[in-house]
Formats: sequence, structure tokens, C-alpha cells
Amino acid sequence: MIRNEKAKRDPLFHISKRETLPFWKSAGIRAIAIVAALLLSGILSAIFIGVDPFTFIGKLFEGVFGTERRIWTTLRNLSVLLLIALALAPAFKMKFWNIGAEGQVLIGGLACAVCMYFLGGKAPDAVVYLCMAVSGILAAALWAVVPAIFKAFWGTNETLFTLMMNYVAMQAVSFFTSLIVKDGSGTMKNATHLHGVQFPQIGNAYLLTILVAVVLTVGMWIYLRYSKHGYELSVVGESENTARYIGINVKKVIIRTMALSGAICGVAGVLLVGAINGTVTTSTAGGQGFTAIIVAWLGKFNPVFMILTSFLLVFLEKGTSQLDLMNNAFASMITGIVFFFIIGCEFFVVYRLKFRRPVRKESASDASVGGNAETPPSTETESGTPTEEKSEAESATEGAADGTASPYRRVCDKLAQGAGTVAKACAKGFGALRGTCSKGMKRLKSLFGKKNPEEQRTEEKDAEEEK
Amino acid sequence: MKKILAVGLAASLALAGVGAMAGCGVDKDDLKVGFIFLHDESSTYDKNFIDAAKAACEKLGLRDDQVIMKTNVDEDDNCYDTAADLADAGCDIVFADSFGHEQYLMKAAKEFSDVQFCHATGTQAHTAGLDNFHNAFASIYEGRYLAGVAAGMKLQEMKEANASTAMKIGYVGAFPYAEVVSGYTSFYLGARSVVSDVTMEVRYTNSWYDPNAELETANKLIDNGCTLISQHADSLGAPSACEQRKVPNVSYNGSTEAAGPTTYIISSRINWQPYFEYIIQSVLDGEKIATDWTGTIATGSVEVTAPSSKAAANTQAKLDEVMQKLKNGTLRVFDTSKFTVGGQTLTTYLADVDSDANFTGDTEAIHDGYFHESEYRSAPYFDLRIDGITEATN
Repeated sequence: MIRNEKAKRDPLFHISKRETLPFWKSAGIRAIAIVAALLLSGILSAIFIGVDPFTFIGKLFEGVFGTERRIWTTLRNLSVLLLIALALAPAFKMKFWNIGAEGQVLIGGLACAVCMYFLGGKAPDAVVYLCMAVSGILAAALWAVVPAIFKAFWGTNETLFTLMMNYVAMQAVSFFTSLIVKDGSGTMKNATHLHGVQFPQIGNAYLLTILVAVVLTVGMWIYLRYSKHGYELSVVGESENTARYIGINVKKVIIRTMALSGAICGVAGVLLVGAINGTVTTSTAGGQGFTAIIVAWLGKFNPVFMILTSFLLVFLEKGTSQLDLMNNAFASMITGIVFFFIIGCEFFVVYRLKFRRPVRKESASDASVGGNAETPPSTETESGTPTEEKSEAESATEGAADGTASPYRRVCDKLAQGAGTVAKACAKGFGALRGTCSKGMKRLKSLFGKKNPEEQRTEEKDAEEEK
Repeated sequence: MKKILAVGLAASLALAGVGAMAGCGVDKDDLKVGFIFLHDESSTYDKNFIDAAKAACEKLGLRDDQVIMKTNVDEDDNCYDTAADLADAGCDIVFADSFGHEQYLMKAAKEFSDVQFCHATGTQAHTAGLDNFHNAFASIYEGRYLAGVAAGMKLQEMKEANASTAMKIGYVGAFPYAEVVSGYTSFYLGARSVVSDVTMEVRYTNSWYDPNAELETANKLIDNGCTLISQHADSLGAPSACEQRKVPNVSYNGSTEAAGPTTYIISSRINWQPYFEYIIQSVLDGEKIATDWTGTIATGSVEVTAPSSKAAANTQAKLDEVMQKLKNGTLRVFDTSKFTVGGQTLTTYLADVDSDANFTGDTEAIHDGYFHESEYRSAPYFDLRIDGITEATN
């Protein structure tokens, strides 16, 4: 009986695809997600490491912008990560899943280091610089072309192929280091072993890398957006058959694009070895070849957006290092939380939730419910409920009162109501948390001491009204 | 005339500066110390440093805001950035704990001449010619020797219980590098001073920290018939393997009894607290820090933990006796009459003490009948492969 009744009812909500959101709205949703993630991280920091949320967020910013040097290193780290992500963008756009950036960077770096080692001091510096750059870029391009050829001619799985090439590259670095460094330590030192030949500094130690990244970002943006190559690779990505039909040489495009992808990874490798570290180790790429995948995806393969996403990653990395943790697990947690929110919010950018209307009432009372539901998010800062949706909801309820509510407005109304419910659930969960984590809460109370009771009261009132 | 005057003025200024620097130290309330660690507390190697740093700062009464600790600092330019950042933050001393940090710390030392940069396990300070860059290590081979004695006693006890027990030790090493070679050789000589027919198999992981590789390598050694395992690598891989296979384990960097409650025997470690106290006190007093500092049993830098309940009976008594001999110099770990290389007793060996691009020996290390380890440079340079030990890369 009950089941039958349930079957008749609408589901609580259903999910439908949105039409493309205007830019400011999608940007707003993402900004809200980041702010919410930082707030949640702040609360967790109060509970787990005893740093109150405001100090916590302050420390993040201090770690990134605290001194001139930190700003420069942030920009440089951002540049390296961005370069690798730029390398991945055309390949990904072509739907060629290049997971091998780590290895391509390493091979580029290794070729550069070998030039530094064998030519440094023996040839004029300018020649050495040229060799370092050319050999590094070529080596990485070749490394990337191997899986591309296999994919183009024999249809091998490029994901596995490029992934495995990473490990080959790592072992190659390890092998050549042990050949060159005869004391067995596996550590190549630049002062004694690489003759100290590094690229000359432009202005300061950071600017060269940053300038290269700027130039390549602009170049890649133009390449993808305006060049014939850029168009061809996106057609191949959309449909190989279409590409073939309109006379694009698919094999050529795949190989050419991967050569470009590898070459830019090579640039990153050459900079890491020749301009930054002065030596090569198996961890020279430091996992950035994988991190760049996230950067490229979140940036929608758009070089300009990718600046923002790589900044976010570097911000988290450098920011959390300022916390001076004796156990880095918490820093990883924070990064995880921020990514969870950001990737999660993409769902709300692409889809919308349509909530079931609870009971068909008059539209006026409906509006009042909506109006009530919107109160908690304004006070409930911890749950970080989107403030933007709130304003939407306001206009939506007005529309509902007029009785001329457009479907869009109705959905917004429901969304706001949903948000209210979520906020209440959060408040409930928060209360439960308070019991178990009384120690962390003491710190929180000292901060939210005045605000909390009020919030509670509003929420309780709301709950009663609901009943 | 002007030129001479300028030179004279500059010289007198420089002299005055040197005089002032030598004269007074740093006020204790203004002192700031920065520490750079390769990993965090989850690595036994770094935990050993972190604990010592905390203890030293506490003992000298430094406030929390006078001590900055940075963990997970890679062995690349990130180390330079961190060191420079610590110098920017007003640190008077910057310390880094990993071998690969050295060149980046030196880079910072060149830039910040009024900050003291101290580096553990490095090899370049004595040839670098930098006033504010210092290396430190300890004569840990003595600690290894003592741990080897405990291992030998355990093997003997096992043999007495079961005469068919193979007298073979397995050793998980990180890199085929002097620091590791010196460590396992002294460990082996310690064991052989108790069990004369013991042999040892060394396998390398080619990584300082790789839990999986260390576990697998220990398993491989056990499969090869080793009846006791020791290691020189920084994770809990080998102790965990020993615990699973119920093979006694002699540890490094401090007790691993938690990871191997039924197999842990003893552990040797370097206690860095004396060094940290020394460098901080030196800066407070305005005294020069030694360019190359070697801790010993006497300075309290070389330690062996108390033997666990699984160790052979009377281990502690025997260790006390051997320790006494090491202290008063009647026993030398690398006594050339106690080991052979290719069947020959050595009378001369050029060790590679000054690190340069050639990797060739430059300093005679054998005289008075023993190999003088950690005397010409704090970091180990004993890299002879002696008879009785076989080596293999995993």
C-alpha cells in the first residue's frame, strides 16, 4: 500500500541538465564552493590542530603573500605547474589521455642535466644553454611521440602506455644518476658535479620561468583558439570519423599534437633542471605531471582558466606549508576538501536539482515558506550556504507571489528551500559534533560565542514553523 | 689618495665588524631557530631529528615563537626557498636534516652571511670555505657495532636453542654509499666479534624511504636464509616484514618495538640533541660553530636503546663492557687485524674525503692499525667491501 503511494508521488528531487549558465553565475558558484571549502577547513583546523578558523585562513594567505620572496616563489611554482598543464591541454582536447607528463618532464630534465654535466665548462656558456634547451625539449617530445605513434597506427591504449612510460623515465633518471655519481649516494649535486652551469638569471631567479609560462600561455591560447591545428585537434577529439570525412589526416594530427605536448613538458623539465634546481632526481617533477591533469581539467583546457586553477593548487600547497605541521596528513586533508568542493560544484554548474513541491498550497503561503527557508543560510556561516542563491530565491519568491513564476524561478525557489533544509541538517549535525568535540568547540565558542546562541534560536524557530 | 683612504676606511670598518661579531652573541630573547626536515614525523629518520630539536629547544628555554619547524621540504630548490624564507623571518640558525639538502642550503648560506646554516650528514662544509655553513654527523659506526654485538648474541642464543640455525644476517640498505657501507660493516664486525662464522647479505633498495621496497627486500633476504635482519633505510618496512615472518630485527633511528613487538631486539641511533644544544649555545655566546662536527659516545650523540625482552640474556652487561672499551680506545671498530679485503689485510687506503667530481681517494685513512672513520670529516667515508659480506641490488 505504502509502496504504491510512493510510486505515485514525485521523487524528492530530480536532476536535469542546465542550459549554459552565464559566466558570472558559474563563476559565482565556484567562488562560493571555494569559500565554503575554506570555511569548513577552518572549522576542521580548530578541531584537529587547534588553530582557529581565522588564524588558519590568515596563515594560508600569509604563506602565499607574506613576503616578497613568497610571492615570487608562488608565481614561479604556479608557472611550472601551469606549463605542464598547458602541455596536457591540446592532448586532452584531442581526447588523447596523456597521463605521461611526469615522465616527459623528467626525460626533458634528464637530457638538460646531461648537457650541463658533459658540456658545462667545456663549451661556451651560450652553446651549453642552447644545447640544454634543445636537447631537453627534443627528448621530451620524442618521449611523448612514442605512445602517439602506437596509438595512431595500431590503436594502443594511450592512457596505459603514457602512464607506464613515467616509470621508465624515473628509472632512466635513477640509472643515469648512478652512472654519473660514482659515490653511490644517488644524489647529484650541482656545485661539484654539474659545474654550476645554469641559465642566466633575468632580473631575479624566478622571472625566467614566469616569463616563459606567460609567453606559452598566450601562445597556447592562440594556438587552440585561432590556429588551423587547434581546430583540427578539437575535431579529432570530437569525432575521428568526422575528421577523416572532412579530410583531416588523423594520424598526423595525433602525432603532431603529442609532439607539441611533449615539447612543452620538455620546457618545464628544462626550466626545473636548468633554471630552478640545478640537478635532476627522480622526484624533480614531484608529481606535478599528475597534478597538472587536475589543473587542465578544472580549467576546461582553456589556458586562461588554467592560470586560476593552478594558482589555487599552488596556493593550497604553499599556504598549508605555513601551518608548520609535524604531520602533513592534515595539509593533504585540506587539499582534498577543497578539491571535493570544487569538483562537486561542477555538478551544480552543469545540472540543476528540481525539488518536489511539498504540498500544493496557495502561492502566497508558498512564498512565505520560501522566505522562511532562506533565513538560516544568512546566519549559518559555517555551512557556507551560497549567498548568491539566496538573492535568487528572493526574486523567485516575489515571482511566485505574483503567480507568474517562470519555471526557472520556481526551481530557484525550491533550491533555496533545499538550501534551507541542508542548512538545518548541518546545524543539527553541528550540534551533534559539538557534543563529541567539546575541546575544539571551546575554541570555536570563543569566536562564535556571541553569534551562536542567536543562530540556534532562529533555527529552532524555523523548525517549529515548519512543523 | 682618495682611493687609499677609501680602502683604509673599508678595512677598518670590516675589522670593526668582525670584532663586533666575535665579541657578542645574540640575546636569548631575540634568538630564532629554523629547522628544515625532509619528511614529517611519520619517517623514523626525521622523527629522530624532530624529537631532538624539540628537546634541545625546551632544555635551553626557547619560547615556541622562537622555533620554526618546516616539514616535507624536498631536496630541491624548495629547500633553498625554505631556508631563505626562514632567514627572512629572522632566524639566526637554519638547520637542515637531509643529505640532498646540502647544495641548496649552501646556496642560501652564500646569500645570508649573518645566518648560521647547519647541515646534518653533509660532506662539503670542510672544503666549501663558507664561514656560516657547517656539517655535522656522529660516529654512528660505534653504535652500529654495539647493535651488532647484540645481534651476535641473539644469533648465538638461537644456535644454542637449535644447532641448525644458519648464522646469516640480512641487511636492507638504501644506497651503495659510504654512509651505508660504513654502517653495515661495523654492524657485521660487531656481530662477528661474538659469532666468528657469521656471514651477511646486503641488498639495496636505492631509496632512502620506500616502505614497500624495504618490506619486499627484507622478505627476499629471509627467503635467502637470513635468520636476523637489520636495516639502514628510513621506513618501518623491514621491521614489519620481520614481525610477519617472526625473524629477529635490529633497528636503526630508535626503537621500532611498536612495529615489531615480538621481533625487535635493539636499535642504535644518533641523538642530535647535543648538537642542537651546541649550535644554539654557540650562537648565544657569539662563538664560532665548528665547520665539521662529529658527535661521539662521549658527547652523548651515539646511543643504543635498552635491549628488548627478546634480546639474548646478559646483552646489556656485554654492551656496557664493549662500550667501555670503545670509550677508552682499547677497542677500535675498524681494526685492520679484524677484517680482510679480498683475502688481504689492509695497511693503506686512500679514502674519498673531499667530495669533488672525480670520486677518487685523497686522504690516507689507515694508520696505527685501524681505519680512522669520521676523523677527517664527520660524514662516514669507509667504503671498503670486506670479506664475509655479499652485496646485491634488489
